[in-house]
Amino acid sequence: MFDTLILILDSTVRLATPLLLAALAGLYSERSGVFDIGLEGKMLGAAFAAGAAAAVTGSAWAGLAAGILVAIALALVHGFACITHRGNQIVSGVAINFLAIGLTALLGQDWFRQGGRTPPLSGDGRFTNIQLPFAEALRDVPVIGGLYSELLSGHNLLVYVAFLAVPVTWWVLFRTRFGLRLRAVGENPAAVDTAGISVTWLRYRAVICTGILCGVAGTYLSVAQSAGFIKDMTAGKGFIALAALIFAKWKPVPVMFACLLFGFLDAAAIRLQGQEIPGIGEVPVQAIQALPYILTVVLLAGFIGRAVPPKAGGVAYVKERT
Amino acid sequence: MNILLRAASLVAAMLLMPVAMSPALAEPALVYSVGGKFDGSFNEAAYRGAEAFREKTGESYRDFEIARDADSLPALRNFANRGYAPIVAIGFNQAEAVGAAAKAFPEARFSIVDMVVTAPNVRSVTFREQEGAYIAGLLAAMASKTGTIGFVGGMDIPLIRRFLCGYRQGAASVSKDVRVLFNMAGDTPAAFADPARGAELARSQIARGADVIIQAAGGTGIGVLQAAADAGKLGIGTDSNQNGLHPGKVLTSIRKRVDAAVLDNFLDELSGEWTPGVHVLGLKEGGMDWVIDANNRDLITADMEAAARRAEADIAAGRIIVHDMARDGSCAP
Repeated sequence: MFDTLILILDSTVRLATPLLLAALAGLYSERSGVFDIGLEGKMLGAAFAAGAAAAVTGSAWAGLAAGILVAIALALVHGFACITHRGNQIVSGVAINFLAIGLTALLGQDWFRQGGRTPPLSGDGRFTNIQLPFAEALRDVPVIGGLYSELLSGHNLLVYVAFLAVPVTWWVLFRTRFGLRLRAVGENPAAVDTAGISVTWLRYRAVICTGILCGVAGTYLSVAQSAGFIKDMTAGKGFIALAALIFAKWKPVPVMFACLLFGFLDAAAIRLQGQEIPGIGEVPVQAIQALPYILTVVLLAGFIGRAVPPKAGGVAYVKERT
Repeated sequence: MNILLRAASLVAAMLLMPVAMSPALAEPALVYSVGGKFDGSFNEAAYRGAEAFREKTGESYRDFEIARDADSLPALRNFANRGYAPIVAIGFNQAEAVGAAAKAFPEARFSIVDMVVTAPNVRSVTFREQEGAYIAGLLAAMASKTGTIGFVGGMDIPLIRRFLCGYRQGAASVSKDVRVLFNMAGDTPAAFADPARGAELARSQIARGADVIIQAAGGTGIGVLQAAADAGKLGIGTDSNQNGLHPGKVLTSIRKRVDAAVLDNFLDELSGEWTPGVHVLGLKEGGMDWVIDANNRDLITADMEAAARRAEADIAAGRIIVHDMARDGSCAP
C-alpha cells in the first residue's frame, strides 16, 4: 500500500512538472496584465525546437537553448500584438496556438521526413534521471528510504528546475522591485506610468519571463520526458496549466499545489484503471478518467471561492486618450 | 483587347482540357485520414501501398490529406466528379462521407479501409486485428519473465478493445496464469498523440511488474516504447514496423497491411477486376503479419518463433478461432 502510494506520488511529480512550468510562465504574463492563452502554442513550439536541436546537435542543452529561444520569440510576437499594437490578447493567443500547431508539423515534415516527428533521441540528447547522493544506500530504510530514493531522487534535471522555480518566482514577484512593479502594472498601469516607469517595457519583460518558462516546459516534454517531438504532443497541457493558474488565484505556491493536484488525480486515474475495487468490481475506464474533472468542478464550486484576476488583465494600456 | 480575351480563353480552355479528359484515364485516388500522409503508422502504410503501385505499374495516382472529418466528403466528391476510380478512403472516420458520396455518384467506384459501408459501388476492407494481437499476446507471454504483460491503448474505441481482447487470448494460450495489465490513454482522438502520457502509463505498468508492453496507441505509443526501452523492458510495436525505434528493446511489430489493401484496390482497377463488397483480411490473407528483422532477431527464440508460426497456421486453417469482441461486445475467449 505504502509502496503504491509512493509510486503514485512519483508519477504525480512527473505529470505535474510541465503543468507547473507552464502555469508559472502564465503567472508572469497575467500578473503584468497580459492574458496568455497561447501557453499551449509556446510549449508546442519549444518542444519542437528542443527536439529538433537536440536531434541535430546531439546535446540536450542545445535543445533547451533552442526551446527557450523559440518560446521567447513566440512570446514576443504575442507581446508585439498585444502590448505595442494593443491587439486583443485572446485572439493573439489563439493565433499563436494555431501557428505553433501548423508550423511544427510543417517544418518537422520538411526537415526530418518522419511524419512531423523529430528523430528519436538517445544518450546526451536527453536529460536523463539524476540519482541524488545516498539514494541507493537509503533505499531499504523504511518510510524515509522510499520517500527519498523513489520520490525525491531519480528525476531529470528539469523536474528539479520546475520545483525550484516556485520559490524563485515567489521571491521575484513579492520581494523584488521588479516584482512589485510587475504586479502593479497588472492592477493599475496608469499609476505605474505616472511614477515614470514604462508600462510597455515592464510588460515586455514579463512576457519574456513567460517565454523562458514555457521553453523549459516544452523542452521537458520532448527532450526529458519523451525522446523526441511528436505532432501535437502538448495534448492540451497548456490549457490545464491555465486552469491551474486561475484555480490558484495567480499565486505561485498555490499554483504548485494546484498542479500537483491535477498531476495526482491523473496519476491516480492511471493507477486505478482496470483495477478491481472491493464491492464495486472493475470501474469503467471512462468513470476513472472523468474523476479529475469532476473533482476539479467540485473543488472549484465548493472550496476555492472566487478567483479575481489582475484588474488590468486583458486590457491594453493606452497612455493618453486624444 | 478582344483578341487578347479570346487568346486568354483559349489558353484557359487548354489548361482545363486534361481535367475534362481525365474520366477516360480512370486514375486512382487516395484520401488519407486525419493525421496526414506521414504519420509513421496507418496513413503512411496507405501511402506506401500507393507508391508501390506507382513503381510496379508506372501509372500515377492522386492523393489528398484531410485536416478534419468534415473535409472528407468534399474531397471524395471532387475526385468522383473528375472521374477518378477507384477512390480509396482511409480510416473509419470517413465511413459516413463515403456512404454519402457513393449515393451521390452511383457510377463512381469507392473503397473504404477499416470500416464497412454497404452500397453497390463500395468496396470495404477491414482487418481481423485480433489475430495479429493474438500472436503478440503469445510472444509477449513467452518472452515475459515476470508473468505479467501490459497493453497500452489509445482512444477507448471498439477497434482498440478488439485488439486488447485478441492479445489477452494469445497470452492465455501460453498460460492461464499470465496477468495482462491494460490502460487506455483517453476518450478523445488526442489520446493517439500524447507520448508523455503513454510513457507514464507504461511506467505504471512496469512498476506493477509488467516486462513486455504492447502499444496500440499511434503517437502515444512512441512514448510507451520509449519508457519500456528506458526501463530495460520490451515493447511491441503496431501498424508499421517499429522494431528499429529501439533495436533490441522491441520484441516485434504487428503490422496491419493497409499498404496491401490500397495496392490491391489500385491493381484490380487496372486489370478491370475491381468489384464492390466486403473484404476482411487476417493472417491468412496476409492482411496482418508480424516482423522479424535484424533488430529483434535475438529476442525471438526458436521456441517462440515455432509457437507463433504454429498459431499463425492454426488461425489460418480455422483450428484456432480468435474471438472478435466487436461481434458480441464481451471479451470472453
